[in-house]
Amino acid sequence: MHVELKDITKTFGTLRANDSLTLSFAEGRIYALLGENGAGKSTLMKILSGYQPPDSGTIFIDGRAVTFQTPADALQCGIGMLHQDPLDVPNLTVLDNFMLGRREGLLPKRKAARQALTAHATRLGFEIDPFRYVDSLTIGERQQLEIVRLLSLGARLLILDEPTTGISAEQKHMLFSALKRLAAEEGMTVILVSHKLEDVAALCQEVYVLRGGKLVGHRHMPTPIDELVTLMFGQSLPRPTRGAHNLGAEILRAESVSLTARRLTVRDLSLSVRSGEVIGLAGLDGSGQSDFLRACAGLQPLNGGRILIAGVPIHGKGYAELLRMGVAYAPSGRLEEGLVDGLTLSEHFALTTNNGLWINWRAANALAARQIARYNIRGAPHSPIQTLSGGNQQRTLIALLPENLRLLLLEDPTRGLDVESTAWVWQQLLARRDQGAAILFTSPDLDEIVTYSDRVLVFCEGRATLVEDLDDSARNPAERLGELIGGKRT
Amino acid sequence: MDEALVRTLADIVKVGAPIVLAAIGETITERGGVINLSLDGSLVLSALVAFVIGTGTGSVILGTLAGISVGLVIALIVAVCSIELKLSQVAVGFVLTLLCRDLALFLGIPYRNAQVFPATFLPIPVLKDIPTIGPIFFNQDLFTYLSFIAIGAAWWWLFRTKAGLTLRAIGERPQAAFARGVNVNAMRYLYTAVGGGLVGLGGAAYTLGVLPTWSDTGIAGNGWIALAIVIFGGWYPLRVAFGVYLVAGLRTVVTNVQAQVPPQVVELLNALPWLLMLFTLFLVSGPYLDQLLRILPPRLHPPIRTILRARPPSALGTIFEQEGRH
Repeated sequence: MHVELKDITKTFGTLRANDSLTLSFAEGRIYALLGENGAGKSTLMKILSGYQPPDSGTIFIDGRAVTFQTPADALQCGIGMLHQDPLDVPNLTVLDNFMLGRREGLLPKRKAARQALTAHATRLGFEIDPFRYVDSLTIGERQQLEIVRLLSLGARLLILDEPTTGISAEQKHMLFSALKRLAAEEGMTVILVSHKLEDVAALCQEVYVLRGGKLVGHRHMPTPIDELVTLMFGQSLPRPTRGAHNLGAEILRAESVSLTARRLTVRDLSLSVRSGEVIGLAGLDGSGQSDFLRACAGLQPLNGGRILIAGVPIHGKGYAELLRMGVAYAPSGRLEEGLVDGLTLSEHFALTTNNGLWINWRAANALAARQIARYNIRGAPHSPIQTLSGGNQQRTLIALLPENLRLLLLEDPTRGLDVESTAWVWQQLLARRDQGAAILFTSPDLDEIVTYSDRVLVFCEGRATLVEDLDDSARNPAERLGELIGGKRT
Repeated sequence: MDEALVRTLADIVKVGAPIVLAAIGETITERGGVINLSLDGSLVLSALVAFVIGTGTGSVILGTLAGISVGLVIALIVAVCSIELKLSQVAVGFVLTLLCRDLALFLGIPYRNAQVFPATFLPIPVLKDIPTIGPIFFNQDLFTYLSFIAIGAAWWWLFRTKAGLTLRAIGERPQAAFARGVNVNAMRYLYTAVGGGLVGLGGAAYTLGVLPTWSDTGIAGNGWIALAIVIFGGWYPLRVAFGVYLVAGLRTVVTNVQAQVPPQVVELLNALPWLLMLFTLFLVSGPYLDQLLRILPPRLHPPIRTILRARPPSALGTIFEQEGRH
């Protein structure tokens, strides 16, 4: 099956996510769609797989123009998409998920479905127990189930969106060899959407590179990594070096902490953080890194062990008390947890200066105006917070943090921000660090963790492993962390 | 078996029928991800309309159909407000429940304790002669039989058919169902309507069956009971039915002993089902269940977990929108 995208354009408001893109995918070949966050990869693939219609442009399958109303339409034409977070129903069994959406009569043919499931899985070298509940599977196993399901429904082109985030090295190897076999032996076309160059080099034959919604390159592999990086970012980025900065006294100490995360219990976590340090907390979503942050802010109880801030145990202290001790916590849900939907900027600043019964509106407005100028927030003191863009909301959140903090606890501080806002946020955070604050942050983006952390605490299967020598090792640090996150012991 | 006991059990099954129908209807609706909070008012209004049409035309069938239509229309209002207008299901349902009940009280004034509708007693030949079972289950009115069918059919549909699998999926993760070619909102309309129709049937069961006259006092409040039982039953039809019969059973016991005990005891007994439910809810929520399991042998853990597992459909009360389409 030969698939062609011609002049695809998609805009969201003023943002041109896809700007007249023309790409072609031949049968039996493995492609990479490369680009940094926000380059337009996901938008393009959602268009190809029927989730969104393009504003203009056409999709051709074997020379015939097609339009998709729904992802089911796309799958009928042989185009299947594997989402980064597999789009399945966790509260159902593997077999139920496999059968869901198959077109057959009223009564399910369970036995036939089970046989088809096993047959397809065996062919790809996967082992899937049909009767397990999906919420007990790893991300890697859920991906395998989705691939098997898409194949059984006749997919001829598979789109994989960042499939190697959150799966073990072994699962990645299995996935890649299955994809290679599918392409070589059955003429399957594969598109890997990724910003991980190692994955692209290991799997793909051709590469399309997007930047700012435009197609900026088409290369056949092998292509030197540097060249791809140049295409992705405009110029070859040197790995940012961290200037030496002075570490001060110990500010945070965790002793044999044990706490309950969403699905698992983290045990025996010990950590000592000195002022001026940045610690990245890495791990699959829900592995306990966010829970540890909340525990340090006094927002989540410990099962065992203790946490000390500047030598004082925080047990029994509320967040308000910790805030007075110089600890601040910023959750990732900006509008859900960090800011108050419906209040204006002035009202937010008035909330943080809580002295007396009456609000001094003049002072609050003046403070808001001052902070707006200082933090370059695009908004006015009377703007309701929800009318600001994500980047400006994040700026506000940082502007609201009190001065003279000793410990910043940040959950995914750059979630959903574009490159410019991300850089700005970190510039502010590092300025706080240089003033002597210690920073603990979580991020699903390993590159962000590698770039800004002095040390990294990796959460995996209830254990927390401290990686101290990020730069010393000859190996790519992000890849090394990825393996640790996926459960590979080093 | 003791004749009085058999009669009591038959009574329980009969008194429970309208609540079973309403609770099974709500179970189906909520499995699809929609909360129809108008249950209580819907029950009262459909009971009145079924009574008026039923007595007016002298036809149980027409009265029943009228009751079903009322429940269905009210459910569709909830669906339209939620799916098209993106309003809060809880707010709309709550207002509707109050509105419908007051509307029924107002419209029902001329019919208050009016004619008594002839009960539709329908013993099933052969089956009714089975000892014990027969008199309890097969010597009943039409609506009681329908309540049995509703329990079985809901279970079968949810857990044995493809369509039921789809229904569970749209309540758990509508995005995944959509990716598999399911028209999520159309299905939600359908199952909200089906659920509302069952609630309406439950209303008709009151005025054409259980208490064959018009009086809201025996009806109002039962909708809230049904809503609570859906949660207590963990959105499983069989457990929901069990919950209904438990409440109906305790009530029947109270009615029977009323004359012999002081009124304080009667009121306490009336509160017993709720205490029991509260206790069960405490139990099924995580930490308490684990503590309970700790004192039981490990062999029993999986079945007890399965029985007590009660998790609301993950997408309950949420709005499904296809991304990227404006």
